[in-house]
Amino acid sequence: MPEQRRLIFQHIDEPGYSNDLACYLRSGGYETLKKAVARKPEELIDEVKKSGLRGRGGAGFPCGVKWTLLDRKSGKPIYLVVNADESEPGTFKDRYIIHQDPHQMIEGIMITCFANNVKQAYIYIRGEFPEGARILERAIAEARAANLVGPGILGTAYGCEIYVHRGAGAYICGEETGLIESLEGKRPYPRIKPPYFPAVLGLYQCPTIVNNVETLCHVKHIVAMGGEAYAKIGTPNNTGTRILCVSGHVQRPGYYEFEVGKVTLGQLLHEVCGGPRPGRKFKAVIPGGSSAKVLKFGERYKGKRKVGVEMVDYDWGLEDVPMDFDSLALIGSMGGSGGVIVMDDSVNMVEALANINAFYAHESCGQCTPCREGSLWMKKITGRMVHGDARPEDGALLKSVADQIAGRTICAFGEACAWPTQSFVQKFGDEFKGYAAAKKAAAPDAIELV
Amino acid sequence: MIAPPQPELITVNIDGRPIAVPKGTNVIEAAKLAGVDVPHYCYHPKLSIVGNCRMCLVEMGMPAVDPATKTPVMDPATGKQKINWMPRPTIGCATNASPGLHIRTTSPMVKECREGVMEFLLINHPLDCPICDQAGECKLQEQATGYGRGYSRFIEDKNVKPKRTQLGSRVTLDDERCILCSRCIRFCKEVAKDDVLGFTDRGSHSTLTCYPGKKLENNYSLNTVDICPVGALTSTDFRFKMRVWFLKQTDSIDAESSVGANTVVWSREGVIYRITPRQNDAVNDTWMADSGRILYQAVRSPERLAEPTVDGVASTPDMAVNAAGKLLVAGATAVVGSGRSSVEEQFLTKRLADAVGASAHLVGRVGEGDRLLISADRNPNVRGALVVGLIKELPPARLDGLAAAIDAGQVKTVVSVGEDLAAAGLTAAQLAKVSVIFLGTHRNATSAAARVVLPGLTVFEKNGSFVNQQFRIQRFAAAVPGPAGATDDFQLLAKLTAAAGGAAPAADLRSLWSLMAAAVPALVTLRHHTIPDTGLLLDGTPWAGLAFAERETLHYQPAK
Repeated sequence: MPEQRRLIFQHIDEPGYSNDLACYLRSGGYETLKKAVARKPEELIDEVKKSGLRGRGGAGFPCGVKWTLLDRKSGKPIYLVVNADESEPGTFKDRYIIHQDPHQMIEGIMITCFANNVKQAYIYIRGEFPEGARILERAIAEARAANLVGPGILGTAYGCEIYVHRGAGAYICGEETGLIESLEGKRPYPRIKPPYFPAVLGLYQCPTIVNNVETLCHVKHIVAMGGEAYAKIGTPNNTGTRILCVSGHVQRPGYYEFEVGKVTLGQLLHEVCGGPRPGRKFKAVIPGGSSAKVLKFGERYKGKRKVGVEMVDYDWGLEDVPMDFDSLALIGSMGGSGGVIVMDDSVNMVEALANINAFYAHESCGQCTPCREGSLWMKKITGRMVHGDARPEDGALLKSVADQIAGRTICAFGEACAWPTQSFVQKFGDEFKGYAAAKKAAAPDAIELV
Repeated sequence: MIAPPQPELITVNIDGRPIAVPKGTNVIEAAKLAGVDVPHYCYHPKLSIVGNCRMCLVEMGMPAVDPATKTPVMDPATGKQKINWMPRPTIGCATNASPGLHIRTTSPMVKECREGVMEFLLINHPLDCPICDQAGECKLQEQATGYGRGYSRFIEDKNVKPKRTQLGSRVTLDDERCILCSRCIRFCKEVAKDDVLGFTDRGSHSTLTCYPGKKLENNYSLNTVDICPVGALTSTDFRFKMRVWFLKQTDSIDAESSVGANTVVWSREGVIYRITPRQNDAVNDTWMADSGRILYQAVRSPERLAEPTVDGVASTPDMAVNAAGKLLVAGATAVVGSGRSSVEEQFLTKRLADAVGASAHLVGRVGEGDRLLISADRNPNVRGALVVGLIKELPPARLDGLAAAIDAGQVKTVVSVGEDLAAAGLTAAQLAKVSVIFLGTHRNATSAAARVVLPGLTVFEKNGSFVNQQFRIQRFAAAVPGPAGATDDFQLLAKLTAAAGGAAPAADLRSLWSLMAAAVPALVTLRHHTIPDTGLLLDGTPWAGLAFAERETLHYQPAK
């Protein structure tokens, strides 16, 4: 059985570990920050670049590159925005960091701010985490009282304030420019890029870094152990550890932290999570949050992939796929936010998609046409299907609607709502075609609603 | 005249055709210059860019350059530089032309994108075109015809939204028709500076509304109706009155103030139904004030003067002119011209004054400007009176000089060209001391006191020109005929001059302009029909020393 490597979740669920400052300091907390402020900011940025850290929010964008893109010559202040709007269905990692180890994140924030000369950081936390917001406020107050946050930290001339801002319950606020709009007090309509890249025109039209909670925690560990040492964890181009949140039809759902790429999907589901429920078989898995394309058990993936500088043949069954950014992208899905949603053979895929479509139709911000109209249309189609009026051609129609959304919207929500439909219909097309007949066969005496 | 700075031109390629466009032009405007239509809804040239409708998606490419050698990569098949086409479509509104930019607007991908967006916009649209005011001038109709699939695949229930929300007293919203382009929101925020509109709810259930406790009541609210690409925002006044394709469009000028916003008057069978702005990027962009849109209501007012009278008795135009002529021949006359008259009428007013040796006066109207399209000078054409020499100084608000002359017995006859002398400060006693000849459109204290009343035409019923605050001469044309019994003012003035024994000036616009051009230095090369549709700047330096009342408005800075 593959061993977990708990870097970020080192203290999560540890008996006796509490989320106050005293406990964090007892465990060696803020030592990294103390060492960091004695170094040159550029060195710290360099460590992060060397580490190869990729963002843990969903897109997997290299963190060091993101920082390099910052417009540092504008003369405007640089902001750090912490994306704690963890809303992707199937994802529940940031909330444990916030609830059980908030100081780890605050230390990561302060190191990041020092490295990038940020004087103000905002933690944008989703509205559904009131307890998390309360814990963060208390932790920041503690850190401030201990001269770890605020003006002139740790006896240096450097100071930085952290503010907590609660969202109002909208998935789109996890999109970085939507989040920035919301933080500015507006409707969270994502901005058009170009020209509004956060690194240049972000919060209040100033250069802004938007990083995920888990990503910032990794920054702390990178600076503690050095970028090169961190880069040795995991696999090339997929460095470090990653928290995988497994939910659905496995014996032991939960969160597990592994070196990226050192565990395969099969190992994760069968060995770590204990396999399917008794008498059931795995049917499908969504590997990176509900917007990732679904994978079907029994599929095989063949082709060439890059390992280091060489091109190597691969021939994988679904269970053989390593859980890293590149491998999941290679087989047509994504690592996304690390939310692994497992479905066994009790699940009807039309009904599962109806659930996902209802979510995305509810969460579309409504700014741009394809997503606004398409997401609701897809919801209406799958809703009609499961309510007894399915047509054999609905699968093809769903796919066509999704095709009209993906790649044509202002933000990535277009893909997020189109990919499930595209992949469900593509991989489980027969279920969509035969849905009406199957339902009728399952309950031949059911009364037909007119 | 100083030549405007020439914009830097760059070459872009649209559908295979190279075209030079000013740097920074976006793809929609660049395509327009190339004669290519890029359909769009949310983009408006005078508003900020939001890129939300996704109708202007095009394919974009850049010439390939070898990153190592920085030399162009050639395509062996064509012998030309290879173009790297982006895999995803991009919006034309937010893409600025850069040197070498290649755009495809007719590729299968673009066609499919447009069909997709059209289908999405229509699935929850009520398609109540037969009762929709926008029908005939609806972007959704036009582009559905031009770029849609022509059939619907939507069999679900459409969204239901409010059908008649009163956003303000003049604007009614049909929310089901709204395509959420946000033009109206941006207009209120950016142009009218009255941030009252926004969306509530989300996704396809998003609803346009006013902020809590606010109303869309600013004097520019009806511009939201003009820029609404669909029939969502409707004019409460025009709603359900007339199909737009029956209406005749006549170019006109807003006579509310010296801004001279360019307008279109929409009429059918002699009746005006609405007034909308006409684009003039040097004057009013694409906007006009709500207050200017209801001016047509004066045309069919019950107070309208419709028959000439002499001493209160109905007469004919010729008899009334003859009666007036007799009064004028007696001498001791004063002429009160108007800053609301056209340049042509002011020229003839001066001719008349000169012919009878009368003093010429003008009534000033100074109010408060709104810094946008209503200036402090509420006369549309004071500068016209300066140009033709009717006055030398800016007019006072009250005719105190004339009052004193009447009291002193120096004036026995007063000709008023449309001005209410009582409102301009003459007392009833003073009016009783003189014989008043009134040329005008509506009944007032002066027409009641006048010995001769000659009904004239409103700005909507005649041809002429105004000189606005920028010294820009702009034409307006007759949209509808005047009431029976009314005569074109410039003909009345010409006839009066003749009746008073002066040389009869020309009685048609063309010969009048020959006469004016000869007499007025500023107009020497000009004719009425050669004034461009967007007007022509005259040289205002001879009057630069005058203390004009106007403060800053759109496209106007007062001289220091």
